[in-house]
Amino acid sequence: MAGITIDGVSKVFGKTPALKDISLDVRDGEFMVLLGPSGCGKTTLLRCVAGLEQVNGGRIRIGDRDVTDLAPRDRNIAMVFQSYAVFPHMTVGSNIGFGLRMKRRPKPEIERRVREGAELLGLVPFLDRYPAQLSGGQRQRVAVARALVMDAPVLLMDEPLSNLDALLRLQARADLKRLHKEVKRTTIYVTHDQVEAMSMGDRIAVMREGSIEQLGAPMEIYDNPATQFVGGFIGSPPMNFLRGAVRDSSFAGDGFAVPMSRSRADLQGREMVLGVRAEHITIAGDGIPARVMVIEPLGSHALVTVLIGKTPVKVQAPIDVAVQPDQAINLRFDEATLRWMDAGTGSAIPR
Amino acid sequence: MRTRTEQFLPFALLLPSIGFLSLLIVIPMVQALLLAVMAEGGGFTLENFQRMVADVNFSDAWRNTLLLLILIVPLQIVLALAMALLINSRFRGHGLFLYIYAIPLAISDLAAGILWLAVFTERGYLNSTLQSAGVIDQPILFLSFDNLAGILTAIVIAEAWRATAIVLVILIAGLQLIPRDYFEAADLFGANRLRRTVHVVLPLLRPSLQSALIIRTIFAFQTFAVVFALAGRNMPVLAGEAYTWYATNRNEHVAAAYAVLLLGLTIVATVVYLRVLGLREAEVQR
Repeated sequence: MAGITIDGVSKVFGKTPALKDISLDVRDGEFMVLLGPSGCGKTTLLRCVAGLEQVNGGRIRIGDRDVTDLAPRDRNIAMVFQSYAVFPHMTVGSNIGFGLRMKRRPKPEIERRVREGAELLGLVPFLDRYPAQLSGGQRQRVAVARALVMDAPVLLMDEPLSNLDALLRLQARADLKRLHKEVKRTTIYVTHDQVEAMSMGDRIAVMREGSIEQLGAPMEIYDNPATQFVGGFIGSPPMNFLRGAVRDSSFAGDGFAVPMSRSRADLQGREMVLGVRAEHITIAGDGIPARVMVIEPLGSHALVTVLIGKTPVKVQAPIDVAVQPDQAINLRFDEATLRWMDAGTGSAIPR
Repeated sequence: MRTRTEQFLPFALLLPSIGFLSLLIVIPMVQALLLAVMAEGGGFTLENFQRMVADVNFSDAWRNTLLLLILIVPLQIVLALAMALLINSRFRGHGLFLYIYAIPLAISDLAAGILWLAVFTERGYLNSTLQSAGVIDQPILFLSFDNLAGILTAIVIAEAWRATAIVLVILIAGLQLIPRDYFEAADLFGANRLRRTVHVVLPLLRPSLQSALIIRTIFAFQTFAVVFALAGRNMPVLAGEAYTWYATNRNEHVAAAYAVLLLGLTIVATVVYLRVLGLREAEVQR
């Protein structure tokens, strides 16, 4: 077992910087999610750890071994590829045992571990089939089994669920989480899906333009986004943002004013962005005036999109909410949950 | 409901190709078949095949053709594979290698034969180089009629030089069709370069190897111009005999019989390759 230390890693493609001086410690046995929009460098970082890309600067250590200059096969890692990369000319059994065969393990051991891996992922009935005869979900499980039987202390996963349909993804997500609890490998998991990140990660590193924007436990990132970008990326729906400035004892912008209980002399006149999540807004008899645009009933609750001034805001309301499109309503914000960011830099302002 | 035009459109679009193929391939092929089984004065006969088999040069031509096939095709596949893997490893300047390797493709086979004759002949480049370097005193007769090994070697070298690039182009195209993920997965799961090639790349390259083998074998059966340029009549081959019977002996019927024999051999070889190297039904991605 081993943790992963990424120390000041940078990577350049041509003249485009893909990773800018990234440092990240993944603890032994931890499930670390790299989350970000496409092009943020999350897959590049994973490939650098795998050794499939050479870093231009910085070091990568696995356990206490510096692997920066080692070939992928010498790093003692296993990986699940986004495309699965399950070999089409080998049966499921040969695919699962591929890594063990390459490491020249004794035949009985390979057979036993292929069997174990197949059992763990429910692939026993398919051991003699070829990948082309399997469904997408089964192929994905072959890729996971092939990685797990390696007994490598580090498991890397590059968007392993992105090619599955929505229902299957839900199932596979839970399966992967259960597997991680069982095998406890140090895992780096790359995804652009914030729901996957929230539900699976011990910690999440939110990446943007080659840098880590915020690193923390899922709920920490959800509750206290370090920047406007993180707040807008995490959560479904994303955090609502209202622009304004502090005047006396309230924060006022286009068509609204929120009282600020503590007088913050240091914030007087400062241009800021107020961040508030949909579930922290209630429709009330008085408060901030808004106009209803759309009501989306989602079964467990309704998502109401309203306009405050000219800014659209998402409100999570009870499913039986009695509002109509175009109706004028009033909103109340749960004050303890409000987050403030600088309007220029987008960085959170300490409360 | 599909309209009448839509139903006929595919056939209409195929028509030019069908016409072209018929004119240039199907009609001459039927004519050759008919020539081979027709007697001089008309009527069907097997006499042409009997004359072909009874001819003094037949068994030599048969042996030489197979010998060249066995020597040239594996050599070309191995060379082309090595070159293709080298280029596919994307080292610095790999593009240049592809251009250099492809140069012989632009040269006609007879020209290539004459070029290599200039190398191997009694006063050719090879002998004069060896002589001026003091390695030999007298020119070596590489292509003498009693030096079968010398002739064979010269032909194999010339053919390998001339036609390996065709195989190379097919294999490079095939290699580029293999998703890079497979190479990376092999690397990651502990395969070194050799084992990656053996366990992952070659099996995935089977369709291209199959095409390359079929094309090269067909051309190897038809080897003629290079042999003719280097060995003249000293080394009869099947395709050469067809030419000789047609041009020298003025017997188009026996010439056609040779052509039919070559066609038969080609079909057999192709079927064998398809059977041995073909993908199993279960492996085909849908």
